[in-house]
Amino acid sequence: MAIETHTNVSHDVHGHAHHDGHHHHKETFITKYIFSEDHKMIAKQFLISGLIWAFIGGAMSIIFRLQLGFPDMNLSFLRPILGGWILETGKLDPEFYLALVTMHGTIMVFFVLTAGLSGTFSNFLIPLQIGARDMASGFMNMLSYWFFFVASLIMFFSIFLETGPASGGWVVYPPLSALPQAMPGSGLGMTMWLVSMALFIVSSLLGGINYITTVINMRTRGMSFSRLPLTIWAFFLTAIIGLLSFPVLFAAALLLIFDRSFGTSFYLSEIYIDGQALPNMGGSPILYQHLFWFLGHPEVYIVLLPALGITSEIIATNARKPIFGYRAMVMSMVAIGILSFIVWAHHMFVTGMNPFLGSIFMFLTLIIAVPSAVKAFNYITTLWRGNIIFTPAMLFSIGLVSVFISGGVTGIVLGNNALDIQLHDTYFVVAHFHIVMGSASFFGFMAGVYHWFPKMFGRMMDPNLGYLHFWLTFIGIYMVFFPMHYIGIAGFPRRYYSFTSFDAFKIFSDLNMFISAAAIITFAAQSIFAFNFIYSIFKGKKAPENPWLSNTLEWTTPRLPGHGNWEGDIPTVHRWAYDYSKPNADKDGFDDFIPQYVPLSKTPHSNLPHEQELAKFEQEEEQSNVNAQH
Amino acid sequence: MLGFIIGVIVALILSVLFMLFRIQTLVSLVKTAKSRVDSFNKLNAALMLIVPVIGFILFIWYSGVASQYYLPEPASEHGKMTDGMFWITIYVITAMFLLTNVLLFFFAFRYQYKEGYKASFFHDNTRLEIVWTIIPAAIMTWLVLYGNYIWWEIMKDPPKDAVVVELMGHQFAWKVRYPGKDNALGKYDFRLTDNVNEMGIDFEDKNANDDFMSGEIHIPVNHPILFKIRARDVLHSVFAPHFRLKMDAVPGMPTQFLFTPTKTTEQMRTELNNPKFNYEIACTEVCGRGHFAMRLIVIVEDEATYKKWYAAQKPFLENNPNYKGKGLNQYLKKNLAESQQNTKEKASLIP
Repeated sequence: MAIETHTNVSHDVHGHAHHDGHHHHKETFITKYIFSEDHKMIAKQFLISGLIWAFIGGAMSIIFRLQLGFPDMNLSFLRPILGGWILETGKLDPEFYLALVTMHGTIMVFFVLTAGLSGTFSNFLIPLQIGARDMASGFMNMLSYWFFFVASLIMFFSIFLETGPASGGWVVYPPLSALPQAMPGSGLGMTMWLVSMALFIVSSLLGGINYITTVINMRTRGMSFSRLPLTIWAFFLTAIIGLLSFPVLFAAALLLIFDRSFGTSFYLSEIYIDGQALPNMGGSPILYQHLFWFLGHPEVYIVLLPALGITSEIIATNARKPIFGYRAMVMSMVAIGILSFIVWAHHMFVTGMNPFLGSIFMFLTLIIAVPSAVKAFNYITTLWRGNIIFTPAMLFSIGLVSVFISGGVTGIVLGNNALDIQLHDTYFVVAHFHIVMGSASFFGFMAGVYHWFPKMFGRMMDPNLGYLHFWLTFIGIYMVFFPMHYIGIAGFPRRYYSFTSFDAFKIFSDLNMFISAAAIITFAAQSIFAFNFIYSIFKGKKAPENPWLSNTLEWTTPRLPGHGNWEGDIPTVHRWAYDYSKPNADKDGFDDFIPQYVPLSKTPHSNLPHEQELAKFEQEEEQSNVNAQH
Repeated sequence: MLGFIIGVIVALILSVLFMLFRIQTLVSLVKTAKSRVDSFNKLNAALMLIVPVIGFILFIWYSGVASQYYLPEPASEHGKMTDGMFWITIYVITAMFLLTNVLLFFFAFRYQYKEGYKASFFHDNTRLEIVWTIIPAAIMTWLVLYGNYIWWEIMKDPPKDAVVVELMGHQFAWKVRYPGKDNALGKYDFRLTDNVNEMGIDFEDKNANDDFMSGEIHIPVNHPILFKIRARDVLHSVFAPHFRLKMDAVPGMPTQFLFTPTKTTEQMRTELNNPKFNYEIACTEVCGRGHFAMRLIVIVEDEATYKKWYAAQKPFLENNPNYKGKGLNQYLKKNLAESQQNTKEKASLIP
């Protein structure tokens, strides 16, 4: 039944595509490159915006790392860029330090790892891998990018305000963020932060609805849910998580806007500041934290799941082996997705929240370690007895599994409320989430770029520069973030401009210097990537259609797929995406991979017993379809 | 001039690097690829072993070097419990970390591409999946139960004889108040705050009459202490690393933390061989420009010294007698009268 309806749909879509095909030459520069409704162009727009943001966010971290690693350094040379934020003494302004920390967090979490990662690869891969001509709504997709673009512009300009951008940490807890008299960054900078985030949420929702609709409705014939590549599963679940959690952040931001501008008291109560008692009574700053983390924690998985999906695909392809435990992988992602909604208060163990809630949330938090562990074990087992080709994408994927584990295990410490009392808001937390969320997602991002670059731009990136980039980045991030555990265990609080005020934090100045040096080197190593990326777009070696000998549908498109993706019919899917190194495939005339579009009836020797059954059914179907058409 | 020379040198280095890159791309174009992998596959595989091994050596070495700075010496009853649990958890996760990373990198090295080798089509094994679901689940259950037990030891109700100290955070310092001889803290209200009565104490409340402020915290050793914590302007967080104590200070929502210090400041000074040692409280919730410098000293002393110090403190009212009887009711009445006056004046302006 389902198959029959699909037939009709795909034929319809196909008809339209041909129609579109005739108008190709009429596309103007504006419709093709700017207000494009083509999912591939929108993906590239997200990619390039995300990468630009990544360099801005990274550069910010280098400036505050200079302050932390070399507190006595004269930073006057930064005055041409930072102007008055460098004090007369050549030191960084403490308030601007907080502004940098805040902007770094906001940019990296939302603009790079949400929009840049999910926006790029969900847009690019969903239609290509499920066999669709485009997204369900190309127009909404275009809007999604342009809302993001406007959000980006507003956030970017807020950096140049005289009072500075938002400075209360990326979580912008009120009352600090609600009261301009508490710090200059809570003035216009904070207003722009809120407006920008509101637009960003609109962008996310428009994108998310589109991803979900496309995955549900537009899969090609034969592409059942159980045959979806894990990338698509990851993007699909990510979009659902985003759709359910981002509106809550929107509510939180809206109430904060009300408190700031219209005199309400949702988050404010009993405040005496600047020699004045404020009229606000009855609000609760804790309410904001609940609302914020109700998005904030799922957000971790919004940035992580796409990276894990990308990794699954790349590891299977380059180990020349099916992903181990496909069902377990899907189920653990579903479990992570559900659990991600009921662990948020582990960010709030010591906020004065009822200790009973602390108990509950510790329990729920530690459960989430189980599906995460299952995923890690499955990746490792996929490598076992593989035939591994170390492409740059594969290197980054293996690196991802390593950092996912290294950062994940420290979550077991932090998720325990009794231990979190000491470690909360120390560098231990900074180390934990930069490894498990920051680095892992960033590695997934890079892996994805290296892997799908040939399909995006029709050219190959230089692999040797890719290897160099990987090893410098991999060693670099461990050198930057691993030592932070020691600093955190010693109790150093995060968001500190300097550690000289306390006897307890006078140690480790050498280690802080080491971390800063490592951060500078790691950041500099990214220029190798930037060069490789830009150079290869124009001058890279021309890519073959299927450079990694992969099974998924995107590699059946032309070198540079046009609008509509496939020139002829959309391929029909007959098998899952992981038939790598299938026994007896050579007898069927295949190398070590059988792409998804190959009918089971063409591979009688390599079919598994249940596939043999399916092959018969498939042939009958095919026959009846042919009959119906004639 | 120096800048210019550096610029030229950098430009030269970059152009040399670019030339090298061009040469290697051209060479790789000329070479016809016979194998699926390039000559770097072996090197990458080798690095999959070498880099983690070097990393592991550094990890072991530095963990030894840094061990003197791990968790500062615990000085509270619950601190010993959480430290014990912390180290057990660290051992467990280090074992997990090593096991999984070793397998990951070893497999990556061992199963590097070999011409003619065919990967195994091993893609599912329910028994394996069940095993590695149950093992972490069992470990987590144990950690949850253990942690939960300690959590409730810490979060238990305070005993009646606990020494009560009130801490108030504001931008950018802490204020400390003791209940005085009657052992009862007087009420407060944020609207009563001014430059002298910085904690907004309500002196209509008789309990407030003997309350006194202090520039530092004095507490007796081996006696339960209850910190009553609040904030006046934005969020702050009380963090006393040696006591393993952390609790946010929230405007409009008082919080508390109960603990028992086990070592006097003097004991710590001899133990750590540091005559200048002091227990410190820091702020761990970002609160603005001076966030990194909200230092408060805690002095733990034996019962007798503490009592002597306590008895010697003068109540706030003794130092500021004109605040006697000033409180919320008076404030509200005055406010009401003022606003009524205002309304009348405004009304009289309307013709």
